Amino acid sequence: MAPDLLDTMMSAAAAVIRDNAEALTALDQAIGDGDHGINMTRGFAAIEAEKAAMAAMALPEALQKIGMTLVMNVGGASGPLYGSYFIAMGRAIPPDPLTAAAVAEALIAGALAVQQRGKSAPGEKTMLDVLVPVADAVRAAAKAGTPTADMLTAVRDAAACGLESTRDMLATKGRASYLGERSVGHLDPGAQSSQLLVESICNVVAANLAAAKVEDV
Amino acid sequence: MTERVGIVIVSHSPDIARGTADMVRQMVGEEVPLAWCGGNADGGLGTDVAAIKAAIEKVYGPLGVAILVDLGGAETNSEMAIELLDESWRPRVLICNAPIVEGAVMAAVEAAGGAALEDVRATAEELSP
Repeated sequence: MAPDLLDTMMSAAAAVIRDNAEALTALDQAIGDGDHGINMTRGFAAIEAEKAAMAAMALPEALQKIGMTLVMNVGGASGPLYGSYFIAMGRAIPPDPLTAAAVAEALIAGALAVQQRGKSAPGEKTMLDVLVPVADAVRAAAKAGTPTADMLTAVRDAAACGLESTRDMLATKGRASYLGERSVGHLDPGAQSSQLLVESICNVVAANLAAAKVEDV
Repeated sequence: MTERVGIVIVSHSPDIARGTADMVRQMVGEEVPLAWCGGNADGGLGTDVAAIKAAIEKVYGPLGVAILVDLGGAETNSEMAIELLDESWRPRVLICNAPIVEGAVMAAVEAAGGAALEDVRATAEELSP
């Protein structure tokens, strides 16, 4: 991937987390321990601080470095969860050329790593309820040969629907599980941060698609 | 010095981790290698993978290390810290599924007697429902 594209993605991800930190914390105060916005902001600020070095790396190494930076800086359970996600994607993705099928494989590997790290599965009111549908959407688009612009729409929809699906779920994993029935009716903060990140990356790809920097993959 | 299983206490709260370590010391004195960590990198409530890894490395010996944790993130971050250890160490670093205070005291008492890692963990986990 072009270094400037990866650089822009890291900035966009850091910005969306920073801009939504209070909202993430508010969600987490409702059903968790109220530190998700602060923790994620710390982790993504650390990525932004080192982004020039990471953008210069090959994509597999850059993704693993991003993951390790989150592991070391987030400070909550989301550190190892997001960290494992990016590390697994870095291990699964080829350096070049980047096809939709390869991205789909990496996203699936990432979601599997989160399942293992969190001992969790989709439907349990976690970030997986966004990450798994997103991976499935990319895989379906890759299989069908969908144009990138349409794939982005499908990915955004999958993330938004996945996020919304967590509202009525009963949390059985993480701190929210202590609340039992009281967790129902709230969006999951991890699913919300995942949706925000997916949306921000889609925006970067769309903008570059418009500028013809990204070819259909 | 006779080898003992090391004990690591990981809490979201530095106060809880330090206090638990104080109780362990009161029970077993200096016989057992003991380390604790609590709080995130900014000093707030949370757990820090680098700090957990450093605590494990501080007390690691031939008999291994038993880790006692409080809530979910402490366990997830401890698992991550174990994976970052040298591969040859990993099988001898275990997380106990036990209440942090009682588990740490029971594990340390067992360790002080020279017990193996599996027995130290089993003793701590007898406390779990």
